[in-house]
Amino acid sequence: MKPLLNAVERLGRGSIFLAKTLRVLPKLLPRFGLVIHQLHSVGVQTLLIIVVAGLFVGMVLALQLYYTLSTFGAEDTLGMLVDLSLVRELGPVVAALLFAGRAGSALTAEIGLMKATEQLSGLEMMAVDPVERIIAPRFLAGFIAMPLLAAIFSAVGILGGYAVGVDLLRVDAGAFWSQIQAKVDFSEDVLNGVIKSFVFGFVVTWIALFEGHDCIPTSEGVARATTRTVVHSSLAVLALDFVLTAIMYN
Amino acid sequence: MTQALVQIRGLHFSRGDKKIFDGIDMDITVGRITAVMGPSGTGKTTLLKLIGGQLKPDAGEIRVDGENVHALPRARLYQLRKKMGMLFQSGALLTDLSVFDNIAFPLREHTDLSDSMIRTLVLMKLAAVGLAGAHRLMPSELSGGMARRVALARALALDPMMIMYDEPFTGQDPISLGVLVKLIRDTNATLGLTSILVSHDVAETLSIADDVKIISGGKVIADGSKEDIQRSDSPWVRQFIDGLADGPVPFHYPGEPLERLLLEDAG
Amino acid sequence: MFRSIELTVGAFVGIGLAALFMLAMQASNLSSFTSDGQYALTARFDNIGGLKVKSAVKVSGVKVGQVSAIDYDMETFEAVVTMRIDERYDKFPKDTIASIFTSGLLGEQYIGLEPGGDDQVLADQGEIRHTQSAMVLEQIIGQFLFSKSQDNGGNEGF
Repeated sequence: MKPLLNAVERLGRGSIFLAKTLRVLPKLLPRFGLVIHQLHSVGVQTLLIIVVAGLFVGMVLALQLYYTLSTFGAEDTLGMLVDLSLVRELGPVVAALLFAGRAGSALTAEIGLMKATEQLSGLEMMAVDPVERIIAPRFLAGFIAMPLLAAIFSAVGILGGYAVGVDLLRVDAGAFWSQIQAKVDFSEDVLNGVIKSFVFGFVVTWIALFEGHDCIPTSEGVARATTRTVVHSSLAVLALDFVLTAIMYN
Repeated sequence: MTQALVQIRGLHFSRGDKKIFDGIDMDITVGRITAVMGPSGTGKTTLLKLIGGQLKPDAGEIRVDGENVHALPRARLYQLRKKMGMLFQSGALLTDLSVFDNIAFPLREHTDLSDSMIRTLVLMKLAAVGLAGAHRLMPSELSGGMARRVALARALALDPMMIMYDEPFTGQDPISLGVLVKLIRDTNATLGLTSILVSHDVAETLSIADDVKIISGGKVIADGSKEDIQRSDSPWVRQFIDGLADGPVPFHYPGEPLERLLLEDAG
Repeated sequence: MFRSIELTVGAFVGIGLAALFMLAMQASNLSSFTSDGQYALTARFDNIGGLKVKSAVKVSGVKVGQVSAIDYDMETFEAVVTMRIDERYDKFPKDTIASIFTSGLLGEQYIGLEPGGDDQVLADQGEIRHTQSAMVLEQIIGQFLFSKSQDNGGNEGF
């Protein structure tokens, strides 16, 4: 009973925290430089891992699908299948998981340390609202960066699939692209993937910032909060992916 | 009749089941350095956070400059906080900004001063704490004592009417201790501030304080000028001031007698 | 310091938008839409089989448009298919034939147009009169078995 109550209470605190964050977002407009700074740490520093992972995922997809498709003589559809898998599912989901591990944990640790070293209290005493100055720019940066990272992941993955499929396995390049352009629908597949990644970016950044803001301000507390961020946001991404997929494609 | 800048009346505060303050009354006189002392864990830092409006009391009220801190709407509270500087134990400098930017931070947030004005002000504040030459350093490159001096310069940036010092002497070497003592005394005198100093370092604190309040067990057990306290013959005060191992605060943590514990273990 | 951060963030956002653009133009069907001035034709079929909205419309194997709507006419009891044809190909003769074909044995269905020899041209919103319905595999097999059994019946009196 007690763990359940605790969980409900945390959810309540998290929601109040989110509401406070969303309420001050309009105040960021005249100070967009703050968001740009955060885009650097949240987006640019996650870019490398996203590109490398996207490349390998695309290459593996091409290899795996090729051997299955070749038994039906349907190698020409390889590009389409790689594209669909990436754009609909793997791009948003894997990019969000990597984002949670790289950027989410860093956000929690950063905010947690700022709390532990009294920087957040210090801001309050300087009559500066930490939610407005620290939390909100990071939230907006995460929300903007996630769809871009997912799109980069998918695009690089398709190029990886192309490299393996066309250059290595000798699938016809024309068939690779023409199948993609014939069967992958922009609004149904690409846009839905982008919507997913917006949702994931929102949720992962929210969890990461809340865990940092809510942590016990000691080294151990920060370490635990960081672990919780990765676990909770990964689970949230996978669960939400199921829900969103069910809504979008039914 | 002296004027009280901070008035605390019937303050009750508890954290979970633990009672921290159990009905505290206190006046902080304007223009003086008031030391709030007491054993570790008596909630001295909590008191500063209550005065700054970061925590809400369970009962009682705190008035700063005539305004009831916990009844103020948010915007007014923030206005009031601009007049209160606070120096945290760790310095609480923003780690991703340089020393210069840390001190410029409150000016940039709250004023429309030009860059050259801000530069002048920042360097003057830094010079006042003797660190103008360090304005390019990052907080991670500062020693603990230097970080506190930078934090003091930052607290002074908006020309507050009062400054709260949270354990400024903890963990300092004798030289930086001397520097901090001098800075606290001088800034209070030259800028006409009111200072509240929370500490359990008896010697340094008594060397600069005008008034002393001693808190223990959630109550104020001594309140008076420095001389009153030094002359006091209350056993509580004497134990704390003289640093006696045993007295009203027992040496032994309360519990079962040692003999019985030993027997239990053997059995 | 400050400028290099803005530079890298700018590059990051640029790469991200380029990736989105690539997904939109190269890796999906968005590039096959043309915005306006399209040429619409309708055709009526008894049976459209597995034809769907967005199925291709081809002439001699070249994709010239796609199916934009499928309706059912309760008066004539026929399926009404609306096609949007790229405006570059807006001069199909009046006696063009529209047929529903299947790409490969089990592939997607599409509409194949066969231009006739008429001098008059179908206007926008014009209707193709000559149509041929989708082949339904079960019907073909059924017809085949039926004709086979008739042949046998004639000889042996089944």
